[in-house]
Amino acid sequence: MIELKEERNVYLSNFASLEKRLKEKRPAWLRAFCKDAISCFTELGFPTTRDEDWRYTSVAPIARTAFKPAVYQVNGWSPSRLADVTLGEVACTQLVFLNGHFSQELSSPGKLPEGVKAGSLASALDSDGGLLEEHLARYASYRRNAFTALNTAFVEDGAFVYLPKDAVVKEPIHLLFLSTASKDPAVCHPRNLIVAGSSAQATVIESYAGLEGGVYFTNAVTEIVTGEQSRIDHTRLQRESERAFHVATMEVSQHRDSAFASRSISIGGKLVRNDLNVLLNGEGCDCTLDGLYFAGGEQHVDNHTTIDHAKPHCSSRELYKGILDGKSTGVFNGKIIVRKDAQKTDARQTNNNLLLSEESLINTKPQLEILADDVKCTHGATIGQLDEEALFYLRTRGIGDAAARSLLTYAFASEIIGRIRIQPIQCRLDLLLSRSLSKGHETL
Amino acid sequence: MLEIKNLHASVDGSEILHGVTLKINRGEIHAVMGPNGSGKSTLAKVLAGHQGYEVTKGEVLLQGRDLFSLSPEERAREGIFLGFQYPVEIPGVSNMYFLKTALNEIRKHRGLEELDAMDFLAMVKEKMKMVNIDESLANRSVNEGFSGGEKKRNEIFQMLVLEPKLAILDETDSGLDIDALKIVANGVNSFRREDRAILLVTHYQRLLSYITPDRVHVLLDGRIVKSGGKELALELEEKGYGWLEGNAA
Ligand SMILES: Nc1ncnc2c1ncn2[C@@H]1O[C@H](COP(=O)(O)OP(=O)(O)OP(=O)(O)O)[C@@H](O)[C@H]1O
Ligand SMILES: [Mg+2]
Repeated sequence: MIELKEERNVYLSNFASLEKRLKEKRPAWLRAFCKDAISCFTELGFPTTRDEDWRYTSVAPIARTAFKPAVYQVNGWSPSRLADVTLGEVACTQLVFLNGHFSQELSSPGKLPEGVKAGSLASALDSDGGLLEEHLARYASYRRNAFTALNTAFVEDGAFVYLPKDAVVKEPIHLLFLSTASKDPAVCHPRNLIVAGSSAQATVIESYAGLEGGVYFTNAVTEIVTGEQSRIDHTRLQRESERAFHVATMEVSQHRDSAFASRSISIGGKLVRNDLNVLLNGEGCDCTLDGLYFAGGEQHVDNHTTIDHAKPHCSSRELYKGILDGKSTGVFNGKIIVRKDAQKTDARQTNNNLLLSEESLINTKPQLEILADDVKCTHGATIGQLDEEALFYLRTRGIGDAAARSLLTYAFASEIIGRIRIQPIQCRLDLLLSRSLSKGHETL
Repeated sequence: MLEIKNLHASVDGSEILHGVTLKINRGEIHAVMGPNGSGKSTLAKVLAGHQGYEVTKGEVLLQGRDLFSLSPEERAREGIFLGFQYPVEIPGVSNMYFLKTALNEIRKHRGLEELDAMDFLAMVKEKMKMVNIDESLANRSVNEGFSGGEKKRNEIFQMLVLEPKLAILDETDSGLDIDALKIVANGVNSFRREDRAILLVTHYQRLLSYITPDRVHVLLDGRIVKSGGKELALELEEKGYGWLEGNAA
């Protein structure tokens, strides 16, 4: 217990120095949030496996490490050296963040319709204080989640995307969060806010990548509001370094007749936890959550999703697929809440897992809380190995064992990858997947 | 081409093949007939290298080479092709991609260059026509949602593309309507060549009126109990297998 207190002390003293540094930059309303959040964190402490929501994911390695605040250092990095993580030739707005801080020199502007804003949160605090005050920290609650509390307390930078009414953004907006190596383990708390006005449309990609390996901790929070009849297409690509910690919370609040589609791809990181919570807060909403997690070695990846059907006539579709190799472990927890008034809800959830090794492990659990009576709600989970007969079939055609395994594993993942309609990301995933598949088999 | 000598094979500890001996020369077509459960598919799968079957005795030589020292993919590259009785559905793997990968593996093994996309497509289109396979089928996942007849024609199509030395066709004729049967038979006949051999597993004489075998063997309870010329198939059609039951040596 004493130990736990000490863990918190690091953050408390870091908080104090951040407050001192940012005094002028933070408006009063935000300072109040931050103060409140840090005291929530002090009260909550890091979750333990005794907490139901963290039963299979121990964050002790994060709690134990005295992370220093990550600092911005661009030295050596230039857009040309980032070809591996950017969208390449695709015309887009690209906002690059280095160790949590917006980097003007690495970013590249794209075509944005009038009134659309896509930039750093830090500068938006100056220019768009009103909008931020209206939305920031209004959706992601820090009262129950220690990581959200930390993120809120340390809020400094991240992406701010704002679409006014009727704005249709054709080119994707890419938010790219990069971490470089540092002497001591570093932590950053990217904070993103995406607000879509009514009938607005945009495609947003949120990528996280480690450039140089090392131990670091990304603790990200993204809040998304979809206005009436708006459409947000969101792709999340997590490929942190091998030894990195990644905790991410995404809170989506949907208004009437809006559509939100998410594809969450998790490949990197040593200890990964993704929380994705969607509140269907208006009638006629549509929500699609697709996910793919791929882990090997001693990786641990935990996906917790909640779809809260608060209003009638909404539909949600969820498909998460997992591939676990080596000694990796995975968790999928899919909660669907159908509130009393949410009649005619149509919710479907599927979680399929492929275990490539004897030692890999998955904990999958659907959690349905259905309080309305006129609803359609289905869920299903599978855990399986590669189909031996399919393997044999491929091999009888001359395809080698390892290649056949990769092909079948890839086929399993392709259902999700195929839904990402952004060419360079698709190609990169193809490559990453086949590379790690062949790597995995060498060690088998 | 293929020499099977006193082959014993078992699955999950129980012996299914009790000493099969068979020799197929280049250019020949042999038919293996026999009632349900007599071990026909077992024989076919053992030849292709299925790991679920354990060979407990005997040997098989492919052009003088010990087959059992080779993995299934090595056998395929050496020229063995198995047309499955129940072709496997593989969701997410496109038929074309699969076939191209397979063909290039085999070509590599034979010291040939990989085919480029254009040449591959041209070749494949021609062979699709031969077995009346629709192009849309070729772009779907391997066998996924194919009808029974489409699956069987797809097996023949693959055989024509991969050009093995020895094709083992396990009941490629069952479940086909008469038109499809003729298509399959035509495919097999066009494949027939002096330097190739075919082992046809079938229940029915029907197929053999389109494909004339050089030899017919009766497999009964894991043993070949009778061999003869093509007229043996007719005799079996007439009398069934009952009269052979005492023949097991
Ligand atoms: N995996 C297995 N486990 C146990 N028994 C098996 C297994 N596979 C095959 N057998 C048995 O081996 C015997 C031969 O089966 P096989 O499939 O070779 O017959 P077949 O001659 O091809 O029959 P059919 O004409 O119905 O296709 C059968 O009695 C079958 O039940
Ligand atoms: Mg059979």
